[in-house]
Amino acid sequence: MSEAVSALKGASFDGFVTVKDTGLHGMITLRGDLASDAVKAAVQDATGAPVPGQREVSGADGNWVAWMSPDELLLIVAYDAAPQIEADLRKALSGSHHLVANVSDARAVFRLSGSATGLREAIAKLCPVDMTPGAFGPGQFRRTRMAQIPAALWMPTDDSLHVICFRSVADYAFNLLKGAAAPGSEVGLFS
Amino acid sequence: MLILTCPCCGVTAEETEFHGGGEAHVTRFGPGSSEDDFHGYLFEKVNPKGVHFERWRHNNGCGKWFHAARCTVTLEVFGTYSAQTTEPPQDIKDKISAKRPGWSWREFA
Repeated sequence: MSEAVSALKGASFDGFVTVKDTGLHGMITLRGDLASDAVKAAVQDATGAPVPGQREVSGADGNWVAWMSPDELLLIVAYDAAPQIEADLRKALSGSHHLVANVSDARAVFRLSGSATGLREAIAKLCPVDMTPGAFGPGQFRRTRMAQIPAALWMPTDDSLHVICFRSVADYAFNLLKGAAAPGSEVGLFS
Repeated sequence: MLILTCPCCGVTAEETEFHGGGEAHVTRFGPGSSEDDFHGYLFEKVNPKGVHFERWRHNNGCGKWFHAARCTVTLEVFGTYSAQTTEPPQDIKDKISAKRPGWSWREFA
């Protein structure tokens, strides 16, 4: 059995914010009718977090449920727990129209930490998203474009931000974030 | 720059988060149709100056298709609406009429 590793094996960069590959996460795509009781119960049982509202993320500390589209959720769980959760979800939803797929190795996750204004600024350089504190904050989940690749963002706390992108472009994404967080490149937009 | 609001996920973003999908409300003619109909379906697009209806996909976001009504001259977006329809909804048509009285586009006005 091969040893699972994350795309950049925990690479880290210290700029005016710290960018770090957060390592392995279990990730499960769940598609179905998000308003149905079956999906709500299955997600709650699998992660302990409720089905989030539109463009929101629920849960905490490595156990998140993210709203990807009107019929799709991304469950972020512990890497080792993902196969079991996938099987449980499939069993719980067996009677209803759904799709469950373990996509743990398909994506890379980065964590930005540092000053609250700094990490907003680093993202604002790369994404067409209003990063003003009133417009985007903890609890929200935003899929968008980061330079030339699709990415998604959420803020677990005021002073940390997670970026998720496809594994195949993890190096590109890391380089982008390094550039955006380069010391001396602060714009001071939000401070 | 074109600012679109995705009716599926509610995100308002500039056009680079989306991808244009060509003219909207095209009637498809497939196998069994006349050559004229098939030719029209494939090649006869309107390319107007002014009010235009297009299909767009939120490809860097929720990934869903939707329709947009916009002005090709000013890039003003009159509104976006569900992809699951064969004609613009009345409220979109009313909004266009308020701003571009007397407009017409294909069979709609």
